[in-house]
Parts: sequence; C-alpha cells; structure tokens
Amino acid sequence: MTVSEAIQERVQIPLAVEGLSAERIAYLEGLVSQARTAAAVFSQFTQEDVDRIVKPMVLAGLEQAQHLARLAVEETRLGVMEDKVIKNMVACEFVYNYIKDKRTVGVIREIPERNLIEMAEPIGVLFSLTPITNPTSTVLFKCIMAIKTRNAVVFSPHPKAWHCCAEAVRIMYEAAVKHGAPEGVFTCLDSPTLPDNAYLMKHKDVRLIDATGGPGVVKAAYSSGKPALGVGAGNTPVYLEKTADVNTAVVDIIVSKTFDNGTICASEQTVVIDDEIYDAVLKKFVELGAHLCNEKETRLLERTVIDPETGFMQPMAVGQKATDIARFVGLSVKPDTKLLIAPIQGVGREHPLSVEKLFPVLAVYRAKSVTEALRVCVDVNHAGGIGHTAVVFSRNEEVIRKFGEVINAGRIIVNSPGSIGALGAVYNDLVPTFSFGCGTGGGNSTTDNVNIFHYLNIKRLARRTQNHMWFRVPNQIYFNMNAVENLRQFPSLSTIIVTSPLLEQIGHVDIVRRHICPKTHVHVQVIPDAEPEVKVIAEGVEALNFYKADQIIALGGGSVIDAAKIMKLKYESPEADLEYLAAPFLDLRKRVAQFPTEKVHQARLIAISTTSGTGSEVTPFAVLTDKASGRKVTLADYSLTPDVAIVDPQFVMSMPKGLTADTGIDCLTHALEAGVSNYASPYTDSNAMQAIRLVFKYLPIAYEHPGDEEARCMIHNAACIAAMAFSNASVGVNHALAHAFGARFGVAHGRANALMLPHVMAYNAAVPTKFMPSPYTQGYVAHKKYAAVADLLGLGGHTVDEKVKNLIQATERLLDQLGFPRSIADLGISREDFERAVPELASIAFEDPSGRSNPRMPMMKELEELFWKAYEGRGAKGECKATPASALKPTTV
Amino acid sequence: MIAVSLSIDETCLVQSLREAGNKLDGTEGEAVLDFSSVRRIDPSALLAIEAFAGIADKKGVKVVLRGVNIDVYKVLKLMKLTSRFSFVN
Repeated sequence: MTVSEAIQERVQIPLAVEGLSAERIAYLEGLVSQARTAAAVFSQFTQEDVDRIVKPMVLAGLEQAQHLARLAVEETRLGVMEDKVIKNMVACEFVYNYIKDKRTVGVIREIPERNLIEMAEPIGVLFSLTPITNPTSTVLFKCIMAIKTRNAVVFSPHPKAWHCCAEAVRIMYEAAVKHGAPEGVFTCLDSPTLPDNAYLMKHKDVRLIDATGGPGVVKAAYSSGKPALGVGAGNTPVYLEKTADVNTAVVDIIVSKTFDNGTICASEQTVVIDDEIYDAVLKKFVELGAHLCNEKETRLLERTVIDPETGFMQPMAVGQKATDIARFVGLSVKPDTKLLIAPIQGVGREHPLSVEKLFPVLAVYRAKSVTEALRVCVDVNHAGGIGHTAVVFSRNEEVIRKFGEVINAGRIIVNSPGSIGALGAVYNDLVPTFSFGCGTGGGNSTTDNVNIFHYLNIKRLARRTQNHMWFRVPNQIYFNMNAVENLRQFPSLSTIIVTSPLLEQIGHVDIVRRHICPKTHVHVQVIPDAEPEVKVIAEGVEALNFYKADQIIALGGGSVIDAAKIMKLKYESPEADLEYLAAPFLDLRKRVAQFPTEKVHQARLIAISTTSGTGSEVTPFAVLTDKASGRKVTLADYSLTPDVAIVDPQFVMSMPKGLTADTGIDCLTHALEAGVSNYASPYTDSNAMQAIRLVFKYLPIAYEHPGDEEARCMIHNAACIAAMAFSNASVGVNHALAHAFGARFGVAHGRANALMLPHVMAYNAAVPTKFMPSPYTQGYVAHKKYAAVADLLGLGGHTVDEKVKNLIQATERLLDQLGFPRSIADLGISREDFERAVPELASIAFEDPSGRSNPRMPMMKELEELFWKAYEGRGAKGECKATPASALKPTTV
Repeated sequence: MIAVSLSIDETCLVQSLREAGNKLDGTEGEAVLDFSSVRRIDPSALLAIEAFAGIADKKGVKVVLRGVNIDVYKVLKLMKLTSRFSFVN
C-alpha cells in the first residue's frame, strides 16, 4: 500500500452533501489529506532541497512540451499545437529562469538599512483550477511554483482539458517525487465537477485557491471565503497612435492575436486607430494576411461569434483558426487568412464585437482625435477588461503616459504584442506568468503577474531600530559677563533690534548698540513685553522690509525672542502660513507641515536673553497669539533657532526676585523634564544634569543676593544649558499641566510649573499605569534618572526609591526657599472654581504636545489627579506630601 | 511508569514505531520515544506516528516524545498531532 493509499484509507467516510455522494466526499477528503501531509512534511525542506527538485521538473516539462501540447489540442480542439509548445516551454524555461536564484525558504530578503528580514512561510494546501485555453502550460507553471515554495496542490482542471492536465500533473509529480518531493504533493481530481470544486473551495485544510479560468470560476473562488488568487477574463484595448511604427505594430498585433488562435486572455480585442493612419494600418493588416470584413460581413460575424443573449463570445469560436471561423460564418476568405478584422463604430451591447474574443477576430475603430481614441479605449477597458491588460503603440511619450493613467490594467504593454507581452520575460521585464492578476477592478486581490511570491506567506522580522537622533543648537553661543561684545564680529549693513519698552528705557539697548559694527544702520523695533501678536509681527516684518535688514538682534525675554524668530520667518519667507506651520505633529522628523526652505531675504538672528529661564535664545520654538481669533499658535522647527545666542549676565543683574524665582524654576523644570524625556540622549542628559546642578547650587543665592555676579552668571548659563537639553529632548507632562493651568488662571509660567513639579516627579517615578511607546529608551528609566540626579546633588539614599524621595524633598525645599506657594489653593483659587475647571484643564493638558515625550503616558484621569494634588499642595513647610515613588501604584483608569 | 522506551532511528522510523506499537500489548504507563536522532520525517513516518498514537490511545498508554527537533515538531503541529503526545527535551 502506498502512502497515498494509506492516507485515503484513513479518511473517514463522511455523510453525503448536496450534489456529492459520501464516497465522492471521501475521495475528495483523501486528496486533501494527502496534500496536507505532503505540505506538512515539505515544511522541513531547505532551499537547496527545493531547488534540487525544481530543476529536473523543469527539464521534464521541457522534454514533454510537445507531447503535452499535442494532447491539449487533441483534447480541447482549441489553439495551435506549435504555439502551445512555446507556451509550455515558457512555463518551464522562462519561469525557471526567473525563479532559479530566488530564495523561497527561510530568509528570502535582508534589508539591513531598515533592520528588516523577510522570511518565507509556505501556505500549505492549494486548490488550483486550471483553464481550457492554456491547460498544460498553466499546470506546469503552477507545479513549478508550488514546489519552489514548498506547497502542495490539489488540481481541478477544466473538464474538457482533464486528460492533458492530468498528464501534465503526472509528469511534474513523478519528476518531483523522484528527486525528493513528498508523496502526495500534487493530486488531480478525476472527472472534476462543480460540486467537487465547491466542496474543496470551502475545505478547512485548503489554504489558498488559485483559480485561473472564466468569470464563474473566479467568482466562485472569491465567494468561498478563502484567500484566493482569482484570475479571469479580460478585454484588451489597443491604441495605435499616429506616431507609432505601423509596420512593427501590425506585425506585433498579428503575432499576438493569432498566437494559439487568440486563447490568451491578454490578447488584443479592439484596436483603436488614429484617423491619420487608419487606412494605412488596415492596408498593412491585409497585406500581412488579415481579412478586412465589410459591413455586411461584420454583421454576420457579430451574430455568429457573439451570443446575442449574453453578449459574450460563443464558446464554439474560442481558439479556432480564422479560416475555420470564416467558413462557419459563411465568409469567403483567402485560405491563408490569419485574422478577421471587423470595423466597429462604438463599444457596448450595440457593438457586439467590442467584447472579449478569444479567437482571431479583431475589432478596429477609427478615432478622430487622441481624446476620442482614449475614450474608446477606456470604454473597451470597462467592457469586461478592467484590471487586465492593455496595449499602446506610440512614439509619443506623453500619449503613452496618458494611456497608462486612464486605463485600469495590471499590465500596460507598450509597443509590443499584448498576449506574449503580458506573459512576461519575452518582450519585456514583466515577471513571467500564466495568471494575470486584475486588481480590484477584476475582483482580484492583486494586479501582479502571479508568481512565486503569491504562493508564500512572507514574514517580516523587524528588529528594534535605534532611530537617528540629533542635537541641534545655534552654532555660536557666547556666554559670561560682557559676552555682548562679540556682536562686533558680525558685519551688517542694516540691523533691527527687536526689544521691549522697559529694556530700551533702562539702557540695555544702548549697551547693545555700542557693540554693533560701526557702519551698520540700526533701527530699534520696540514691541510690547508680552506674547507676540500677529499685528506686532506684521509691523516688525514691515520694518525689516523697509530697512532691508540683514541682521536681527532680539534683546529680551522669551516673548521678544519668539517675536523676532517669527518676524525672521515671515521676512525670509513671506508666503509662510503660520496656522499651517503650527499643525500638530507627533515626531518632529515626520511632521506633515514643512517649514519653507526658499527664502527671498536672508537675515542673521542674534538672540540676547534678558531673563534666565525660557532659553528661547537657543530653542527652535516660538509662540504667537492671534488676538482676533483668540488662538495661540506654537511653532516648532529647527529653522527657527537663532543663528547666534549671547548669554550675557549683565542683562539679568536687575531682574526682580519674583522673576528670578519663576524663571529659575522654569529652567529647573526644563532640565528635569528633558532628563526623563523619552527623547533624552547622552547629549541632552549631560546638559540637563549640569543645569540641574547649577540651579540647585546658585538659584537660592541669585534669589537672596540679586547682585551676586557669579550666581547670576551661573543661573543665566543654566537656563541656556537646560534649553539646549529640552530643545532636543523636549519637555513633559509638567509643562502640559502648567500651560493649561497658567492660561486658565493667569498664573505665570514658572510659578505654574513650580506648583506641579514635585507631584509630576513622583508621578513619573512610579510604575506607569500605561507605558509610553518609546523606541529611544531601554526599559523604564525615569525613576533611575531621578536617582542619578539625587546622586549628583549628593542628596543621599541607598535605594532608588530613597533617592527619588530625597530629590523630591530637595525640590520642595528649594521651592519653599524661593517663596513659592505650596498649593493652587494658596493662590486664592476656590475649590469650586477649580473643580469646574479640572476636566477641561486635563483635556487641554492631554492635547498639549509637551506630554508626548513624557516617560509615562498621561491618562486623562491621572492628569486630573495631578491637578488635584497640586491644588491640595505639598503640605507644611519641610514636609513632603508628594507621594513617594515606592508608595505609588498604577491606578486603573 | 515507563512501559516502553525506544530510541527512534530516522532511517527505519516506520519499522521502529511498528515494533514499539507491538510492545504496548499488555503494558501500562508511558511509552517514551526518543526522536533525538530524527532530523526530518516523511509522509510514511507521519502515518506511522499517527498509527502509533492510535494504538497507544486504545491501550491507554501515554506517549512521550523526547528530543523532537523544532522542524519535526512543526510538522506534527501542522498535522494537528501534537495534542496526542507529551514532549520532553
């Protein structure tokens, strides 16, 4: 007993179903069971095993090409034996040539630059339906593909081509098994019926249906609920445009349309010919052996070869010679006539010959213009040929491309025969195939020439990729007392100083003026010391244009520097749409709204900060307020970063205590948030850590002793250093909360940050309820980074939890030292007012882009809880009410 | 209790399993088949494994496969046979 017989015997006799006896079902089950066993065993084979089997199969197919072609013609009475030999050989040789070096087992492709590896997984059992028109070549093709991809196939040939197909399966099977393929890898239904096909299409162990044939078969395959490659009918339009090489085109069309008597579904069906060459083309057809039908003959042909009821071709004409069709119809033609040509005046049911005709009858249409020609081609394309194949003959690239645009076909063959062109690898570099994917237009899942890769499940092994990171800051930063003197080295013909009224009043502008190159024309643009408005920007841009400025010096706090950044943007790129540029984004590098690169002017931006907090002199951010719409526009792009930053403490020596504290804590928050950010890198960490150290050491001194030059200098540096960190690592949820709260209750930014800070640190140090996806970090490290800060500050503690707790307490002590209120309640905001505001505040904070780089994904409920913690406050002086890391457990939201 | 313990040779896997099946007569406990030297199985081997599992089921003997490599294990998985055996390394 063979394995196949043993498997057959093992199958339990099932109950009969409609149209199938129990015995027939047992037979079908046996076939599938054999195939399933073979497919399972096949999964162990290596690429070398597979390739060792494929080659002798191909050789066997080539040796038997004529035998199979003869059998096919004898059985089906379709086509031309000699052409079928060619088809069989293409199915073996050309396909082999394409697949022989392709990997189909294990790793099939490595893409190191994307850290991807593609691996092949066989499909298992395929149920394959093969057509009457290309029977043996299709079987050879599918057998070779199946072995190359380690799949087993149950074949169901067209009943009228069963013998030749069964013989092709036998030849392939014997060659395959002889060289090591598992027994049962190919089976072929005896006398297949529609109920057989229906049963197998729904069989649980059939993994893919590969149906090549008429629309009914394809539709059944796609209706089965199984993955299917259904490849069916076409209706190939051809545009023969006036610039084409007529001699070549006519020969190509004859070659193609008469190949195997027109049985390939990609063959030409209607040729649309430009008026200018119409007569010459038809004359050439006739010269080369075509018969041009007159009107009466055309009517006769229509009535005979097209079914008047269905509008489809008559099966009796399929694959017949032109002379036989002529004789049947009653036309008098020369004995060597190759092709019958029938002029038509339109497309559709009233023009029966405009449909698919798998025999050597070709419709022709005279077009008066390119537009008309394309329209008729589109009509033919949509009369049963969507997604399949189309042909264009032209030397006009524009026409060829337009044809490609308007025609919906998986294969658009240019200046070559349609049928053989579509098969691939003969006239072009298309993948060789005997199954043409027709895309969704044809009810198919692909427009490809079906090939080995459609017989595989391709797995992608995607390694974690360390995305490119960056550290971008102004390329020149001058710092320490009197750093403003460096202005001298920047030549300028026309400089605009953007500043605030106060700074002009207290003489800071004069200091700057003194250090600008002597021959420079200087204009001072004084703007209100508040978040810049659209109107202020417009006035500034007007001045820049008027003075033809080549240099902008922003002297001021964050608002002034932000205004100067936006003025520069609008001056250099007047078309820049600020609303558009402020479009939200998740990843700066993948943002949709791109900042302009084309510039009508060029101006150097030098930022001189007069506060020690925002760090705007080195950041790529700018905020703008549109009073008319009441909207705030936040711009973020490295092109906004000033060209030069001057960090000169002489401009902050007179900062009042409150401002010193507010801006100093803003700086600390920048550094702490950048430190634990998901975008943190060793580059930003070094800046963040240094800024934190400087703040803890010098901020209390600068606050208590405003005239202490060293403390002022260090805090001024710290603000810039922290800004370099957060410019590249971003901030976090503390800023998101502070933005929402500050805007709603009119609380200064630094103060709002201070109210949130200890609570956010405790929150980030705890085990997150929800982790933030972050390809940049290895594991969750926020608590460890806080602990590292505690170590840097010498705060003591043995465990990470202890160190985090010590850092939070140290932060709270610092806030107390700087006189910050301990709670939102201390600001005089009533519980009722706050309670009403909290849901909206949480929503706004959630939307704030700052939160996206926070190490812990902020849930809406958690944001509300954080607001409430800030409301309740951090308790009595010296006590830490902020929950320590160890006590915080994830909350269920 | 181990009723049968057998080392399976890939070259005579069918024969080995047939013999192992015969040894199950009148035994109780586990049948341990060592597949360590089996690199690959073919359809006839699959049938033999399935038949052996059937015999073991009937006789109430639990079948333990030792040292099955991952490729062979995947074949058994594809044939939905893994639930009929225990696997040990």
